[in-house]
Amino acid sequence: MSDSSPISRRHALRGLIGGAAGVAAAPAIAAPNHTEPAPPVHASRFVFHDPDFTQPVKFPWEKLLSAEELAVATALADLILPKDETSPAASEVGVPDFINEWISADYPEHQEDREVIRGGLGWLSTESFKRFTQRFEELTSAQQSQIADDICDLSQASLEHRVGAAFFRRFRQLCVGGYYSHSQTWRSLGYIGNISVGGPYPGVPAEVIEKLGLQDVV
Amino acid sequence: MPVLTERKTQPQYDVIVVGSGAGGGMAAIILALNGVKVLMIEAGRNYEPVKETPMFNTPEMAPMRGAPTPDRYFGFYDSNIGGWQVPGEPYTNKQGSEGDFWWWRARMLGGRTNHWGRISLRFGEFDFKPKSRDGLGVDWPMSYADIAPWYDRVEQLIGVYGENDGIANAPNSSPGVLLPPPRPRVGELLAKKAGRKLGVPVVAAHRAVLSQPMDWKNLPKILFPNNPKAQEILGKDMMSRAACFWATHCVRGCSIRANFQSTTVLLPPALATGNLDIITDAMVREVTMDDSGKATGVHYIDKITRRDAVAKARVVILAASTCETSRILLNSKSRDAAGMANSSGQVGKNLMDSVGTRLGAHIPAMEDLPPMNEDGAGGLHTYVPWWLVNDHAKLGFARGYHIEMGGGRQMPEVKTFGFLDSTSPGVYGRKLKEEARRYYGSQFSFSGRGEMIPNKDCYAELDPNVVDQWGIPVLRFHWKWSEHEIKQAEHMQQTFAALLEGMGGKAKPQSGADAIQRPGEIIHEVGTARMGDKASDSVTNQYCQTWDVKNLFLMDGAVLPSNPDKNPTLTILALAWRSSEWLMEEMKRGNL
Repeated sequence: MSDSSPISRRHALRGLIGGAAGVAAAPAIAAPNHTEPAPPVHASRFVFHDPDFTQPVKFPWEKLLSAEELAVATALADLILPKDETSPAASEVGVPDFINEWISADYPEHQEDREVIRGGLGWLSTESFKRFTQRFEELTSAQQSQIADDICDLSQASLEHRVGAAFFRRFRQLCVGGYYSHSQTWRSLGYIGNISVGGPYPGVPAEVIEKLGLQDVV
Repeated sequence: MPVLTERKTQPQYDVIVVGSGAGGGMAAIILALNGVKVLMIEAGRNYEPVKETPMFNTPEMAPMRGAPTPDRYFGFYDSNIGGWQVPGEPYTNKQGSEGDFWWWRARMLGGRTNHWGRISLRFGEFDFKPKSRDGLGVDWPMSYADIAPWYDRVEQLIGVYGENDGIANAPNSSPGVLLPPPRPRVGELLAKKAGRKLGVPVVAAHRAVLSQPMDWKNLPKILFPNNPKAQEILGKDMMSRAACFWATHCVRGCSIRANFQSTTVLLPPALATGNLDIITDAMVREVTMDDSGKATGVHYIDKITRRDAVAKARVVILAASTCETSRILLNSKSRDAAGMANSSGQVGKNLMDSVGTRLGAHIPAMEDLPPMNEDGAGGLHTYVPWWLVNDHAKLGFARGYHIEMGGGRQMPEVKTFGFLDSTSPGVYGRKLKEEARRYYGSQFSFSGRGEMIPNKDCYAELDPNVVDQWGIPVLRFHWKWSEHEIKQAEHMQQTFAALLEGMGGKAKPQSGADAIQRPGEIIHEVGTARMGDKASDSVTNQYCQTWDVKNLFLMDGAVLPSNPDKNPTLTILALAWRSSEWLMEEMKRGNL
């Protein structure tokens, strides 16, 4: 691999989300290929090069989804991650806005997602119209599920639903990523860190040691 | 932190230190505590961890929930300004290179010490004499016994947790030096149990994190016995460092100064002496020299004003990071045809990174456990030292690797739940949340960090055609792995798969060639101005003094003649301290 065969950033970043378990812990990385020039120098402090953590941090680009697109995205996000007894709905923790930021970012990987998500939202509106002559966000949840059931599993989707299913897969990944990266979902999920603990680190509770038979390695 | 914001340097210093990371920070504090007047020059901006560290910031406080982007590879909260690409500062790879080298740079006070993994492993006795043992590479011009006392001192100065395990070539520290390690997490215990069956020893990691408050009353006296001023300054400083409170990842840096960063541990006491001036945003382009062949100072670009400037001193120490130090030497003018301190022709040669691969799996035993706080020390609590140190005849590759590990109930991030694609296809609604709860925390992975043998195809040189935005010629890299590294990567994958399966997971190991991470990706590059015992095939002596220019020292990873599997920072710190003491003796003797 040299001057003739660049490894672009988008290829290196692929698999960032939705990779196999084997790469779940891998840092996202991109190739600093010599055929790509170094990033441009910003006259002012650019948030992704040198964020100022002493101030609220702002998303630096225009958010591209329209109000209508966001309405569809919100309805689908809440269908995928609805409110339950212990945790909020996706829209209550800003998932639609996260997806809007994600597909608006000026990086190649995100531009690919922009096409998938935007096209998919359009596909969903049309599918709703064809089946029920209404927009997706206006459907009952039973009607929404009828469509979702046809596209939720890419490996099972029929040919006519393949576009919708590819979109659903990526949309679900982003939904889950945006949802559980919001601290309001953590307690329900079972993440209880990010608080200071005094004294020595407590280690694994005795009941877990016993359950897993780890007494001889503690 | 007081730095020279007015940019008024003194006309003359005793020592100029270029770079403020592990090597530069250590040189600065040792010299300043001993009354030497030091000017430190840093290419990046001033950085104040106590004010700037996003300690408890949650992902929703960041753009795109803090997910990694091409500009911030380790996530938004990674404490690094720079990365594998720096705006306006390109580098290139040479035609014919087998794999492009990735060059990580930090452009901030403290350099990469702000974000590193804090893994602090001593090189062992075999590591200093590799050629004597297997005929490959070169031996160091020193032995483990020469550097052991300095490892003790560094560990006491910065604070390192760990245990003495008595494992061959993984040296013990002197009694009482190490801090107690934190208890292992669930996944680490499962790994230990699996390792026991395989003969793979899972033991306490060694990391530069305070697991308890420092012994500020006694350590300064032990470290600086005849220096009351140093004792007073360090005592105060050590007292003000807090112990780890088992939250937030070390990659963000640490505002309570529980882990080691040059900016939290070395530079504040160095500045408190009044003997250190720091100028930031100053990009050194070359070392200047007089007609007698002595270094006179450095020529730098003031990045704020874009003006050229010169600073002068009796002694110049380059600690700009392995490749940047070599770049400065290659860009400097002397009687050598190729840069400065390069009569051996070794500057830029022998570039090494660590061999890295990783493998993870879903571990069913970790599903559905009761919630527990697994943040811990913001990095690993256990690791595996290289355990086959006497088995090379049957391995088919030289040297070895250590194993790092992680997983479990870490702070959820955008990418955390990628596994749901395979565990839960087609699921949405309440059921999806149940699946997420069930599987959260049940991922675990291993990473290897292995020793690479230096070879003639891995080097950096000046690109004849490209300059950066400051007009300084840039580096051009060339790379080729040898069979040793590829076979070692393969062995890692097989070992990780065996461990994961021993833990109850299903692993899919890759071939060595597929699994090996990119050159430079592990960010352990060293070797481009190696030390040795003669001027003909090395750049410095064992005290980091260049053979050709007596008052020019190199105190970063560039001088390492080999790159043992142990992460290099601790050794860079120990070498810099030892060399700085020797430098001061040479000054007293009138040799500098």
